[in-house]
Amino acid sequence: MTSETAWLVDRWQTMTLIRRVEERIAEMVESGEVRCPCHLYIGQEAVAAGVCAALTTADTVWGGHRSHGHYLAKGGSLTGLFAEVLLKATGCAGGRGGSMHLAAPAVGVPGTVPIVAGTVSLATGAAFAYKLRSEDTVAVAFLGDGALEEGQVHESMNLAALYRLPLLLICENNLYASHLHWSERRVADNLFRAGEFHSVPGERVDGNDVIAVHASAQAAVERARSGEGPTLIECRTFRWRGHVGASFDLDVGVERRGELAEWLPRDPLRRLTDQLIERGVANLAQLEQAIDARIRSAVEEARAAPEPAAQQEALCAH
Amino acid sequence: MRTLTYAQAIREAHAQLLALDARVFVIGQGLWSPWYAGSSLEGLDREFGCARLVDTPVSENAVTGMAVGAALAGLRPIVFHPRMDFMLLAMDPVVNQAANWSYLFGSDNSVPLVIRAVINRGGEQGAQHSQALHAMFMHVPGLKVVMPSTPADAKGLLMAAMADPGPVLYIDDRWLYAETGEVPDEPFTVAIGEGAVRRRGSDVTLIGISWMASECLRAAEILEREGIDAEVIDLRSLKPWDKEIVAASVSRTGRAVVADGAWRTAGASAEIAAELSERCFADLVAPVVRITLPDAPAPASRAEEQAYYPGAEQIAAAARGLLERNVKRAAA
Repeated sequence: MTSETAWLVDRWQTMTLIRRVEERIAEMVESGEVRCPCHLYIGQEAVAAGVCAALTTADTVWGGHRSHGHYLAKGGSLTGLFAEVLLKATGCAGGRGGSMHLAAPAVGVPGTVPIVAGTVSLATGAAFAYKLRSEDTVAVAFLGDGALEEGQVHESMNLAALYRLPLLLICENNLYASHLHWSERRVADNLFRAGEFHSVPGERVDGNDVIAVHASAQAAVERARSGEGPTLIECRTFRWRGHVGASFDLDVGVERRGELAEWLPRDPLRRLTDQLIERGVANLAQLEQAIDARIRSAVEEARAAPEPAAQQEALCAH
Repeated sequence: MRTLTYAQAIREAHAQLLALDARVFVIGQGLWSPWYAGSSLEGLDREFGCARLVDTPVSENAVTGMAVGAALAGLRPIVFHPRMDFMLLAMDPVVNQAANWSYLFGSDNSVPLVIRAVINRGGEQGAQHSQALHAMFMHVPGLKVVMPSTPADAKGLLMAAMADPGPVLYIDDRWLYAETGEVPDEPFTVAIGEGAVRRRGSDVTLIGISWMASECLRAAEILEREGIDAEVIDLRSLKPWDKEIVAASVSRTGRAVVADGAWRTAGASAEIAAELSERCFADLVAPVVRITLPDAPAPASRAEEQAYYPGAEQIAAAARGLLERNVKRAAA
């Protein structure tokens, strides 16, 4: 196996892990076992897998409400994720946050939060710290297309450009902010140009192509590490499921049947699977079984974990 | 001990913090400008360099968020808001992010952040350059709030805010900048959460916040001439606030006037009055009264400002009223 193929298999494993975890969580939402709001990432896996492959463990990623994929791609604990969505004491946020509050500081996930664009300025500040200490570290802000409608993203881009901070803004344009299609929110389809006014170079890539996403992120990381400042990358993709929960949002008045029919065949994981089969990789089924086994055991471990101490005193100690 | 002004004490605290710890930096609007911060930051950019005294574009939201992110990445920021009013544009990083972070992600991931906000009322600056918004932030779990009224506390509480592992809102008041007092040379901290008895007395307790603590001292002098012996407590910290020192005093005097240069409804004074009614009910001989701003935006004209801002006279009148009430009851 060539090193390129090995790399692709590695990315395939990350994307498959995310896909299978999300499908498992969707089942647990449908059965009522998971009660906290979950915003699933199915369909967008190539973005997290492609970007995080360009990073070191020390580099930090900052996410939002739809961040299971970022957390897993950066190496966050699988059991920690399931325990968190089940609000167990062993969750990656101690069972205090649920699906929207994931953290794995040791592998560069300081915390994800469900305030749209809320972590973009935090990532900018982390990049400021890396630069002030003359470190080689990079901060990555994952944001949705809706986040570019928030003022703080524009403020952050200006500040990051002004101070030449080692920052990547990865805009995952999945066409919807909650229930609103981009055309109901903007006149022009031009998010990758949002940084122009702030002197932040922008690029649009196929977010369902892990190789393209990685190449683009790699170039932006190099720019950041060499002191040239921030880059905005618009990754065009589509979330299969609804804004929140397990459904496809076909039943709540959002008309996206046509788009789903258009995007399902562009499945980023299917695409990579086909490439690997073409390259003669024959053990994908075994690898998938191993991933499923990991997920089964993580779910069991999370189920068996204790709930957080339901005491007022413990709640106030922070 | 040498004497400093309140503004000089703030500046000295900054200089010592910057000299002692390479992780400390200051970020916000107007750091390189002598008029935004008065003399409280004067010359620090030349002494410590602009890389650590970062005078930013007017982007309160992202700049405050940057300070939160830098704190999470291991720095020790002081984010500066030269008018507290401007801070309203930064509510998300302060309330949603900094205040919640260590609860959500564990005490290993606290946000060691000092948010410095200046109340700059008076001078015909009007409704959006005058507001004292401390009660809004007192309301939020995970935030500490301090409001020094003396030069020594201005230094000691800033150094304590920096030493705290979590986010602390440090609010100073331009009306206090010229106040003088003895301040130790060396770095020191004043414990967050501890009030100070500024004057001993037995008839009534006057509880003051920030600039109103100095008005309480003046009120006590007025009352003394009338034969009324007032105790004065400077609250210094609003969250946590020193319930013990206040309750002990009010239990002894049986009367309390709470003076706060902010709005009345759901204000800091309301919180203190409520706590006193729970803790000291049996000892109170009169209701707790509040001296506050009226529930109205700050006016601009000098004449209206004089009607708007209460001071020592109003505090003294309230205390007098509490004692007279008692006399009437005894006579009845």
